[in-house]
Amino acid sequence: MTYAVAVEDLVKTFDHFVAVDHIHFQVNRGEIFCFLGPNGAGKSTTIRMLCGLLMPTSGKGNVAGYDMVKEPERIKQVIGYMSQKFSLYDDLTVQENLHFFGGIYGLSGKRLREREEEALEKANLRELRNRMTRTLPVGWKQRLALACALLHQPEIVFLDEPTSGVDPISRRDFWRLIQEMVERGITVFVTTHYMDEAEYCHRLALIYRGKIIALGTPTELKMKTLSKGILEVSCDPLIPALEVLKKATWISEAAVFGDGLHLIGKEGVDLEQEVQTLLTTHPIHLKRMEWIRPSLEDVFVSLIEKENDR
Amino acid sequence: MNLPRAWAIARKEFLHIYRDPRSLGLVILMPAILMLLFGYAVTLDVKKVRMTVLNYDGAQESLSFIYRFSGSPYFQLNGFIQDEKEVRRLIDEGTIKMALVLPNDFSQTVKSGKKAPVQVILDGSDSNTANIILSYVQAIARDYTQEKTFLKIERMGRKRPDPPLEGRTRIWFNEDLESKNYFIPGLVAVIISIIGVLLTGQVIVREWEKGSMELLISTPVRKSELIIGKLFPYFFLGLLDLILAVLMGRLVFDVPLRGSVGLLLLLSCIYMIVALAMGLTISAVAGTQLLANQMAMIIGFLPTFLLSGFTFVISNMPLWLQIITYGIAPRYYVSIVKEIFLKGSDFSFLWKETLVLIGMGLLGVMVATRSFKKELR
Repeated sequence: MTYAVAVEDLVKTFDHFVAVDHIHFQVNRGEIFCFLGPNGAGKSTTIRMLCGLLMPTSGKGNVAGYDMVKEPERIKQVIGYMSQKFSLYDDLTVQENLHFFGGIYGLSGKRLREREEEALEKANLRELRNRMTRTLPVGWKQRLALACALLHQPEIVFLDEPTSGVDPISRRDFWRLIQEMVERGITVFVTTHYMDEAEYCHRLALIYRGKIIALGTPTELKMKTLSKGILEVSCDPLIPALEVLKKATWISEAAVFGDGLHLIGKEGVDLEQEVQTLLTTHPIHLKRMEWIRPSLEDVFVSLIEKENDR
Repeated sequence: MNLPRAWAIARKEFLHIYRDPRSLGLVILMPAILMLLFGYAVTLDVKKVRMTVLNYDGAQESLSFIYRFSGSPYFQLNGFIQDEKEVRRLIDEGTIKMALVLPNDFSQTVKSGKKAPVQVILDGSDSNTANIILSYVQAIARDYTQEKTFLKIERMGRKRPDPPLEGRTRIWFNEDLESKNYFIPGLVAVIISIIGVLLTGQVIVREWEKGSMELLISTPVRKSELIIGKLFPYFFLGLLDLILAVLMGRLVFDVPLRGSVGLLLLLSCIYMIVALAMGLTISAVAGTQLLANQMAMIIGFLPTFLLSGFTFVISNMPLWLQIITYGIAPRYYVSIVKEIFLKGSDFSFLWKETLVLIGMGLLGVMVATRSFKKELR
C-alpha cells in the first residue's frame, strides 16, 4: 500500500524567507501523524502545500496517491482540511454550515441529509443545529469545523492546530474524536504546539525553523535523544545550584523544572556522583536525586538547543 | 461545471445577504430613497423665483409691469421695499433671488413712448439658475415692449401689424421639460451599478478577510462554480431593484415608459452582467474590504453618476472627457434606458449600444475569472 503522504525535498520560500526548508517525510495510511513545533516553524505552510492551497517552490510529493504539483484538485476531493483560524461562516447556523459544505463536496438530497445527521450526532451538536455559529464556544466551533471537514468521508484529514485556544476538557473531547476517526481508517495529519497532544500521535516530526529536526514515534524520540534519561535533582536553594551546575564542564543541559532541576550529562559521565561531589563544595543542601523518563518537552527543548548551538 | 455546487454557493450568499441588515437595507431602501430624492427633491426646474420690487414710481403703468412678474408661475413676489440697501440684505439672507428696480419716471417714460430703463439685480451665486431667471425676465420685457408698441400703433389709427416671425415650439419626449423624467430613467442605471459594483465588490474579498476562503479553496469547488454561485444572488437582487425602480417611476412619479418593458429588462440584464463582472474583479484583486469599497466607489459608482449622462450632458463636456465616456459601460446603458423610457425606441435604434455592452460583458467575465486565483495569497 502506498503512503498517505510522501514528500521529498519540499521547499517553500516567501521572497527571501525560507518557510519550509527541504523537508522529507512519509505518513502511513491510518496513522495519526503530528507536526510539532513552535509558531512560525513552517507547520501551517507545509499543511497548506499538502492541501493544494500553496504551490511549493520546489520539491515533490504525493498526497493520497496524487501529485501535489500536478493534481491539486484531485487531492482536494479526498482530503478534509481544518484551517488554523476558524473559518466557517459565523452568520450561518450549525446545520446551514454543514449543509453548505456538503453541497460543496457534491452531496445532495437524502445522502446529504443522512450525513448531516450523522455528523451532528458524532460532534454532539444535535441540539444546537439551529444555533448561530457565532454564538458557539470555541471548543464547539472546532467540533463543528471537524464535522464539516469529514462530511464527504475523506481519506486523509489535515488539522492545523485544531485545539489552540480550546479549554483542556474540550481538547480531550476533540482528541477522542480524532481517535475515533483513526479507528475508522482515516489518516490524520495534525499540527500542534502542545507537547501533551503530541503524545497521542503514532508518529511525530519536530519542525523548527522550516526543518524537520527529528522524526519518529514518541518513544523512539525519547530514547534516541535522551537515551540515558534525565536526572531530577531537588535541592535548596534552587537558583544558586542551577548556576553552579551550569558552569560544570560535564553538564550538557540544566534547567529548572517545577521545584527541581532537570540535568542531562555529557557522554560517559557519572552524573549522580559528579553532582553530589560538586554540590557539597557549595552551601547547597541536596535533598533528593532520581532518574526519570524524559517527557517530550525535554526532548523538544534538548533538540532545539542543539539546533540553536549549530 | 456542477450546478448543485454552484447552487450551494448561491444559497449561502442569499443567507449572508438575508442576515446582514446593512446589505439588505442597501438592496431595498437605497433604490427607494434615491428615487424619492431625485423624483421630488433634486430638480433643475426653476419655478417660483422669489423676488422683490423697489418701485420709485408707483403709478399705474409700473404696477401693470410688476403684475406681469407676480402673475407668472415663474416668479413669486416677496413684497415691496423702499430702500436700495434692502436689496443687498435680502439677497445676502437668501430671501430673494432677484430684485426689480423701477425708476421714478417709469410710467411717464413708457407713456411718452420712450425707452424706459429697468434695473434687474440677480443673485449670481448659482449661475445656472441666474441664467434661467434672466431669460424669463427678458421674455417678459420683450412681451411687454411688443404689447406697448402695438398699442402705440393702434392709437395712431392703424391696424395692429403681424409680427414678422413667430416661433411655435413643440418639445418632444419630455413635453413639460420636467427634470424627473430626465433623472429617473438614468437612476435605474445608478441603482444597478450600486448593486453590481458596490455590493458585489465585497463578495470575494470578504471571504479572504474572514479566512473562510482558505477553507473554500481547499474543497474541490471550481472557479466557475464559485463565480456563478456568487453572481447569481446579486443578479437576482439587481433584477428586483430594476423592477422596483421601474414600477416606482411609473406609478409614483408618472414617468412615461413608452418603449417595450421586455426590451428594457433584457438589455438591463446585459448591463447587469457588465456591472457584476466589474464588482467581482474588484473583489478578486482588492486586498481588503475597505479597499474594495473605495475602488467600487471610484471606478464603478462615480463614473455612473458623473460621466454616464445621468446628471451631466455628455456633449457639453470637454472633448477629452467625452472620449473617456466611450470607455465606460453606464454611458451606453443610460442612453438605452432614456431612449426606451422617453422615446420608446425599439431595438433597431439600440443595437449599437447593445453590442458594446455585450462585448464589455464578455470581457468583464473573462477578466473576473482570470483575476480570481484558487490559491492562497
